[in-house]
Amino acid sequence: MKVSEKDVAYVAELANLELTPQERDGMLRDLNSILDYVDLLNELDTSNVRPMAQVSAGENEGFGDAGREDILEGLRPSLPHDVALSNAPDADGTFFRVPKVIER
Amino acid sequence: MDSQLTIDQVRNAIQERKTTAFALTEEHYARIQREDEQIGAFLTLSKERALEQADRIDRMAAEGKPLPPLGGAPIAIKDVIVTRGVRTTAGSKALDNFIPPYDCTAVARLEAAGAVVLGKTNCDEFAMGSSNENSGFHPVRNPRDRTRVPGGSSGGSAAAVAANMAVAALGSDTGGSIRQPASFCGVVGLMPTYGRVSRYGLIAFASSLDHIGPLTNNVRDAALLLRTIAGRDPMDATSADVPVPDYVAELDKPVRGLKLGVAKEYFGEGLDEEIRQSVESAIDKLKNLGYEIIPVSLPHTRYAIPTYYLIATAEASANLARYDGVRYGHRTNGVKTLSEMYRRTRDEGFGAEVKRRIMLGTYALSAGYYDAYYLKAQKVRTLLAQDFKEAFRTVDAIVTPTAPTAAFRLGEKSNDPLAMYLADIYTVTADLVGIPGISVPCGETKEKLPIGLQILGRHFDEATILRVAHAYEQAA
Repeated sequence: MKVSEKDVAYVAELANLELTPQERDGMLRDLNSILDYVDLLNELDTSNVRPMAQVSAGENEGFGDAGREDILEGLRPSLPHDVALSNAPDADGTFFRVPKVIER
Repeated sequence: MDSQLTIDQVRNAIQERKTTAFALTEEHYARIQREDEQIGAFLTLSKERALEQADRIDRMAAEGKPLPPLGGAPIAIKDVIVTRGVRTTAGSKALDNFIPPYDCTAVARLEAAGAVVLGKTNCDEFAMGSSNENSGFHPVRNPRDRTRVPGGSSGGSAAAVAANMAVAALGSDTGGSIRQPASFCGVVGLMPTYGRVSRYGLIAFASSLDHIGPLTNNVRDAALLLRTIAGRDPMDATSADVPVPDYVAELDKPVRGLKLGVAKEYFGEGLDEEIRQSVESAIDKLKNLGYEIIPVSLPHTRYAIPTYYLIATAEASANLARYDGVRYGHRTNGVKTLSEMYRRTRDEGFGAEVKRRIMLGTYALSAGYYDAYYLKAQKVRTLLAQDFKEAFRTVDAIVTPTAPTAAFRLGEKSNDPLAMYLADIYTVTADLVGIPGISVPCGETKEKLPIGLQILGRHFDEATILRVAHAYEQAA
């Protein structure tokens, strides 16, 4: 077993997930089975292989924009304030509202 | 008008005033009303927007102005693609009520070319799945056999086209999500080269693998849609500045002398016998059309699925961190602290497969495991790319089955994530390597289920795979 119950709890915390006890059991089983399968990659000696950094035919072919200069005004005007807030579950007209961050 | 329309037929009929875009749009909504309860392809209809656009096209026709290339064509959009003012859920409860404030570039380009956007199609949640059973709302049924899945993740788009509820659709492909459902539903599905089509407005799953592309009833329509949506977009730095050829005009270039590769690695264990026979007879047909068939080797093929599931999940775990219930989407009720809000919101919003992938990806990127998993996978990805580079030295395109089986039954694989992942065994590599691929129907099984032939091409050479697919389609 590569992944333990403790690992599942730790990774869930990193991922901002709570998970029910049943979900944790399922996760333990599935992650171990997938990681066992992924072990197939260890058949390959990759010590002299460079990891892929760019998905293209050649070095940076066609991706000139990736290294362009910053544009001060942006590529389009920012969303108006009210539009940016329009999907918010909770907002006060100026800010997104969330539960208290600091306990006192 | 009859059911199987090409985009050119639609446009010409409206131009010549044999019908109107308005009537055609209404006709499609009537068919959706009649049939989609059984199929489940649509999540949201954009009737007002569609009829407004149809009206605009009709006014042009009435004034005798030439219609744009997609004038009046009723098109469906996969729900991972944002549409201004039209609910966009990515198939997830986490975005149940999300109304995007802007349009995806691909949608804007389709509408500018005259297309009528009928609505948003069902898909696996955040495009994660191969059967559409991971939709947060309801599964989609295959129009050819309603006990079977349509494939995924663009299952709604494929089903909508197959059932003539739309003339064409947009889908997205991260590991096979356009080509595999196209194959299962008996339609054409094209994944363009990485960078060919802007992803501005595509809800991100795995950014080094995500592509937008068309699903259509025929190859010509796929060429027409690609010509419309392709090309650099300053809003997406990963959209490539590479000239876009006229894919439609290129279709009829002669095929003689082109070399097609056949790789034995795509005909090995796990390939259904009926599919093998169909694809082999398709290859014979291509040979008779004048293509030279040459054996090639893609030796790292068996490593593609494990490579894919490490890279895709790692990228997904980062991309899906944004769904925290602060700015948009679902938020839980009755919690006291911010961190509790994040966790509960995500627990409630995401389905089982999305959580599984976030967990796997987070694990693969976590301290101590990065080198063993993510880095290792990116190295194997380089080897996969070298396989294709080598093969494309001798051949112009490679032909394979699109999927190892025809459409499977609902529920057949839904409890076994690994079995489900293997449904993408012939499609994932093209995503990892960034090359284009198309699936075109090549016959049926004894049970009358469609089979797909996949054609893979060089980076930015969609013209060749479209040409091969078109030649095959005309001959078949």
